[in-house]
This record gives sequence, C-alpha cells and structure tokens, in this order.
Amino acid sequence: MPVITYRQALRDTLRAELARDPSVFLMGEEIGVFEGSYKITAGLLDEFGERRVRDTPIAEEGFVGAAVGAAMLGLRPVVEIMTINFSLLALDQIVNHAAKIHGMFGGQCRVPMVIRTPGGGGQQLAATHSQNVELYYAFVPGLKVVAPSTPADARALLLAAIRDDDPVLFLENLALYNVKGEVDESAGPAEIGRAAVVRPGTDITLIGYSRMAAVAVEVAERLAAEDGVDAEVIDLRSLRPLDRRTIVESVRRTNCAVIAEDDWLTYGIGAEIAATLQEGAFDWLDAPVRRVAAAEVPLPYAKPLELAALPSAESLATAVRQTLDAVARRR
Amino acid sequence: MTRTTSRPRRRREQDPTPSGTEDPEVLLGHYRRMLLVRRFEERAGQEYTRARIGGYCHLNLGEEATVVGLMAALEPTDYVFTSYRDHGYALARGVDPGRVMAELFGRATGVSKGWGGSMHLFDVDTRLLGGYGIVGGQIPLATGAALAVAYRQGTEVVLCHMGDGATNIGAFHESLNLASLWRLPVVYVVVNNELGMGTPVERSSAEPELHRRAAAYRMTGERVDGNDVLAVRDAARRAVERARRGEPTLLETMSGRLRGHSVVDPARYRTPAERDRLAQADPVARLRGQLLAAGVLTEQAAEALDAEVGQVVEAATEFAEHSPHPEVDTLFDHTHATPVPGETRRLPADPLFPEDQ
Ligand SMILES: Cc1ncc(C[n+]2csc(CCOP(=O)(O)OP(=O)(O)O)c2C)c(N)n1
Ligand SMILES: [Mg+2]
Repeated sequence: MPVITYRQALRDTLRAELARDPSVFLMGEEIGVFEGSYKITAGLLDEFGERRVRDTPIAEEGFVGAAVGAAMLGLRPVVEIMTINFSLLALDQIVNHAAKIHGMFGGQCRVPMVIRTPGGGGQQLAATHSQNVELYYAFVPGLKVVAPSTPADARALLLAAIRDDDPVLFLENLALYNVKGEVDESAGPAEIGRAAVVRPGTDITLIGYSRMAAVAVEVAERLAAEDGVDAEVIDLRSLRPLDRRTIVESVRRTNCAVIAEDDWLTYGIGAEIAATLQEGAFDWLDAPVRRVAAAEVPLPYAKPLELAALPSAESLATAVRQTLDAVARRR
Repeated sequence: MTRTTSRPRRRREQDPTPSGTEDPEVLLGHYRRMLLVRRFEERAGQEYTRARIGGYCHLNLGEEATVVGLMAALEPTDYVFTSYRDHGYALARGVDPGRVMAELFGRATGVSKGWGGSMHLFDVDTRLLGGYGIVGGQIPLATGAALAVAYRQGTEVVLCHMGDGATNIGAFHESLNLASLWRLPVVYVVVNNELGMGTPVERSSAEPELHRRAAAYRMTGERVDGNDVLAVRDAARRAVERARRGEPTLLETMSGRLRGHSVVDPARYRTPAERDRLAQADPVARLRGQLLAAGVLTEQAAEALDAEVGQVVEAATEFAEHSPHPEVDTLFDHTHATPVPGETRRLPADPLFPEDQ
C-alpha cells in the first residue's frame, strides 16, 4: 500500500471524485489559482477548469449558502472554508438552512454537500485562528460531522461525505496535514457514524478524535513500552452521529476511560462521551472518567502559553496514569 | 448601469383601465388569483384567532398584485424562493389551496407534511423551493440554485422574494455580489411594504430607495408599483428575460401591508391617515374597479367570482380540518436523507441503551 500524507490523501480523493461524478464541484476562497491556503486543491483548477473548481470572494455566508442552494437542485458541492474559525460567519446557512431543509420540508429536499475545513491550534495563530468549534455543528440534528485522524480515514471519510445525501462537515486538522500513513486506494468509502478501535487493549480505554486520536495512539504505545500498560484506543471518526455502542462496549471490558479532546472542556465533546459512559457503563466503571481538554482561555500567541493551554501526549499520559492509580486503589 | 425607473410610489388615481391591449381573459385570471389570495389570507387570519393555526402567521394582504404579477412572469420550470410571507406565492404558483391550508393547520397532508407550518411552504411540483423564516436566509440559497442552473447550462430562472427589511442583512449583499460576478440567472424581488415589523424603511435603510442598492453590484435595479399587477408582471418578465441571459436584477415592488406584521400584531404604530391611504391603495379593490369600468367584469360576474373563490377557500379549510395530524412514530423519518448506523430514535425520557434495561 502506498504511504502518503493526509494532505495528499485529501487531494487525491477530491480529484478522483471530480473525475467520477460530474455533479461534484469545489468552491471556496483561494482554492483555484492559489491552490488552497493549505494546498489541498493543488493542480485541480488546471485539470478541471473554473466550472468545477470555483474561486469565491471572501463571503462565507454567501458561498456556503450558495452551495446549499446548488445541493438542493442535486449538485454535490464540496466547499472549503479556510479554517473552521471562519465557518462562524456561515453559521446561519449551516445551522438554520443546510441542517433544516430536509426535515423542515418533510423530507422533500436533500442537501448533499460537504464543508471541508481544518481546525486546530498549536500554530501560534492566536485566539481567533486556533479554535476547535466542531461541537457547534455536532450539536445539530440534520448535520453529520466527521473527523479523520489518519490519511486512510481522510480518504475513506471524504469519499463517504461526498457520496452522502446529507450536509456533512468534514473536519480536517492543521497539525495532521503532513502526517503520513498507508492508504489503500482500492478501499471503498467509510461508514459515517462508526468509531474505530484503532488499537485494541485491555487495561484502559483512550477515546479521541482528529489530532487527539493520533496523540492517543502515541500515548498508548509509550505506556506499553514504559509502564507495561495495554491501552485500547478508540478514534471516534464521526462526532454526529456518535457511535456510543463502540465506546461503551470497550469500557465495559477495560473498566476505565480517559477522553482526549482539543476543544474546551466545559460542555465539550468529552462531556457527551462521559455522560454516555456513566449511563452505558456505570456498573463497569472502576474509576471516574477523566477528560483531557484545552485550557479554557482564548488561545494565546506566545509559545509557552499556547503549549501550556493545549492538550498533549504528556498531559494525556499523566491523566491515564492517575486513572490507573485510582483503579488500583479501588481493586 | 443601474437603470432606475423611479415611478410615483402610488398611482391609483390614474388609468381607469389597465393596459387596453391586455386580453380580458388574462386580466380576469389575474383578478381571480388575487381574489383567491385575499380570501385565503382573510380566512387564515380567522383560523389563527380560532387557534387552529399555530406559530407565526404572516399574511400577503395588500401584496396580492405583486404576488400574482410575479408568479405570472415565470415558466412552470422556473424556481421560487420566498420569505416566510409565502402563502400567496404557493397559491399563485398553482399549489392546491387545501394542501397550503393543511400545512398551516399542521396536518400530514400539508405541502411540507406538517413539518414547516406557515413560514415554510415547499412544493416540488411547482418548484417552490421554500418559504424561509430567517430573514434573508433564502437569498444565498436562491443564488446557489441559480448557480446550479448555470452549472448545467439550463434555461430556468430563479426568483428570490424578500421583504424590504431583508436588504439590510449581510447575506443579501454577499449574494447579489456573487450573482452579478458569476452572471447567474436570478431575479431578486424586494417587496417594499414600507415596514419591517414596526420599523419604517427610512429608519432601517440608509438608502431607502432599495432598488438603487443594485448599483453597488453593477446590477439592473428597477422600482415598480406593486399595486399594479400588470406593471409588476411586465417588470418581472423583463427581469426574467435578462436573467435567462445571465443578468440578474434587483426588482423593488411598492405596496402596502394591510394588517399587522403577523396576525397577532394590532399595528398600533400606524396612524389613521396611514390606514386610510392603505385602504385607498388596496390592489384588489383597485383592479376590481378597473375591470368593472372597462367592462371586462360585470357586477354580477364579480359576485359570482367572489362566491366561487369563497367556495375554494371553504373547501381548502375543510380539507385541512379533516386531514390527519402526522403520526408521532414518523418523528424520526426525516432526520437524515442517507441513513446512519444506530440512528437515535430517542424520545425525551428514553434511556440511551434501551436494550440494557
Ligand atoms: C435573522 C432574523 N432576524 C430577525 C427576525 C425577526 N423578524 C421576522 S420578520 C422581521 C421583519 C422583516 O421585515 P421585511 O423584510 O420588510 O419583511 P415583511 O415582514 O415586511 O414582509 C423580523 C425582524 C428573523 N425572523 N430573522
Ligand atoms: Mg417589509
């Protein structure tokens, strides 16, 4: 299997889908001539022309809404929002329109569109450019939110998102674009709404998505080597719908869990997972479910402050060790 | 190249006969449709006060000539997006009045199966792609629909209806810019009824001649008397023709809002003089008078038409009343178009893991 970057997997998949289906087209700021702020669409304008790869003005609400309208007529727009921070300008079109049109009109109209957008801090971009606000979308019935953490999933979930008949927010991550991994180019689309047990284990369950799923795998490997701990890692892959079953089944085997998330703690994705675990695995839990999340501040620019605010492999490892200690005290 | 046809805002005193060359059958058809909107809306208002209609209920009373004139300019294959003030547009587009009333009643037979209500009428067959309750929300959508038409090199046009208040929303400006930049087949229609709820246009828009806002996007802007069905229709036809050539238009129609913002609004902010002026400009009464004066309509025929339209509205209301409410077990039928594994069909007190109970 070829080993390629997350970025390359995204680009190759967009290219293949443009070639496969004439109703697929791309829209976004600087995606054509400039080839994308993060070069995901490099070369696609040259290959497919302006009709299929459309540069837009800086008008998130306008072009996201236009994508919704085009999808209502049966096209399959894939829009790029430069970073998820700017999606807030399109919130009305995403939440009040894309998410509502199928249900509010009694199932008469589909909105088969994808919004690709990267989140993530750690690039010293300061408070307005470093947020993880995927929760805002994962909260909304009618939307689907997927978040790949590997190049293989970037491909499989993007295929699924483009071919899905609902609006899908496809969360990328600035810190993952250069990550490499094996990608099976003959594999089909992923099933949206399924988490993956990416590392089976018996002692504790680590749950994450996007960058923090990758960090969780790293921490599990380190704990295996350093502490002889066999951690299971679950990559959520889909934030809505949420695969509660896979999470609960794992924790019923391992009896404890730590959740890792790049968003803020209070009301965050981890809070929903923890609530799911207390309802679905209450009698199996040997320690309180811990959450490792971003410090609740607007993310600062200065490197030491930024580093302190963001969850890391170290902070996750610490919470895992503390949880295992708590389990040991109980048993 | 903004072309501004600044007409007097109201010109009801002039021309007793609407355009002498117009086919009497066509005139009668317009009048009948305006009357249908009038009687339907009056009935909707009554049913609302009887609590058989819930939520918000905004009527097209005073907007009838605009509604009918606009819809008359379209082909059946063209698309329509509207604001929440949408009942008349559905009727004039040819949607069965029973299905419209049933939607207001929240019944399963309604145009949106009881999911949308008054503000969210949708009909695939007539290509009415929705009334929208968020002010200005339909503008980017209509622009995108026009983009899809252009993408497929189709010949259809998209008509996007909105109120005067909607022209102050950011999405309006973003959309007009996109449409002009990309040469999209769309006609934006601003129904200027001089008020957004209780706020006059002059107090909300720095450029109160709203059609002039087209200039910022190098788009044709035109203002027309919204109480004159033929003037509206002809202006809309010109705009539609331009749209088919990839030239969007901002068309402003001037008419009055005969009642409050919605059925529950007593509109105390209006002066008696204003109310008088509005009644004088009533587009339905005006066309009736013109048709009688021109001999296109007799008193007898007018009464017969009244009775016939009254019957249609009565039948629509009966249909709505006798239609079933949606079944509660359909609550989760429209969450997703593409189903997902383990889809949650959880009612408020249901456990997350019912199989473990
Ligand atoms: C974004 C948004 N803000 C506020 C409202 C509340 N609201 C509903 S209608 C309305 C006035 C709109 O006036 P106008 O656009 O002139 O339309 P009209 O009601 O006169 O047809 C307002 C403020 C809303 N529905 N959506
Ligand atoms: Mg108004």
